[in-house]
Amino acid sequence: MRYLRSFGRFWWSFVVGDDWLVAAAVAVALGVTALLAHHGVNAWWLLPVAVVVALADSLRRESRRS
Amino acid sequence: MSTSIALVVLGAFLASAVEMVEALTIVLGVGIVRGWRSTLIGAGSALVALAALVAALGPALRYVPLGSLRLVVGALLLAFGLQWLRKAILRASGFKAVRDESEAFRDERARAEVAGREERAGLDWYSFTVAFKGVLLEGLEVVFIVIAFGSAQRHVAVAATGAAAAFVVVIVAGVLAKGPLSRVPENTIKFVVGLLLTSFGCFWGAEGAGVDWPGEELSLLAVIGFFVAVSLLLVRLLRRRRLVLRAARAEA
Repeated sequence: MRYLRSFGRFWWSFVVGDDWLVAAAVAVALGVTALLAHHGVNAWWLLPVAVVVALADSLRRESRRS
Repeated sequence: MSTSIALVVLGAFLASAVEMVEALTIVLGVGIVRGWRSTLIGAGSALVALAALVAALGPALRYVPLGSLRLVVGALLLAFGLQWLRKAILRASGFKAVRDESEAFRDERARAEVAGREERAGLDWYSFTVAFKGVLLEGLEVVFIVIAFGSAQRHVAVAATGAAAAFVVVIVAGVLAKGPLSRVPENTIKFVVGLLLTSFGCFWGAEGAGVDWPGEELSLLAVIGFFVAVSLLLVRLLRRRRLVLRAARAEA
């Protein structure tokens, strides 16, 4: 059990890293893009914009902490 | 060779180079202090494990439909690439310390000097495990990038060649320098890799989600250009913010 927990913790920090909100924002943006595509809307612009907003917000929070 | 394949090779090469520089620092720090046999066996075993991982996962992913693969790989690359990009921006703007290979080398040597000596299977266990873990952990990021880049483009071997070339270059440079490669501009390389991972992640992720990019592959270059411009702007804004914070602290 302890091995499984540390295995999961390793992969969490490997993929998600310091700021889980960025990874969550990416997942939501991808979901919304897929939903729009399913309804015939070609929202190619949505993901780049969402990524920039998530990145800028993460940097703003980190710079406030420092 | 198409532009995207060339960028995949470049991304794999740079990511591998920067991770191998860090792994080299660990291996040198341990090997110089405690001897080379156990250290090199540890590093070599990790390399074999990493190569086996690429050889096993690369062909297996061929059977996953490209659309689903690009969605998953895109999401993972975005999450992973944004970590690199975020850290590189924080370092470039002075909010995070830049990694110093010479200092890391000194720390590694100091730890190796005070560590106890325990023999297992005829090996100095400290040297073996530190070299094994160091190369494996740094190499895992490379494997992740090679498999993600390669599988989404159906060219795992090409991406692996880029990574292997970087490995050879770093080893040769390390042998010639006889020390850690502290003059390698690590943060700049990590910045470029972060930009490539984020751009490819965005491009493939959106494609996997059902988007048709205008201009198809050409729009990948536009996505890269967009993230480069935004990242440089963010560095500028953060540098300015840091100066303001420093002035406010000096006044207080």
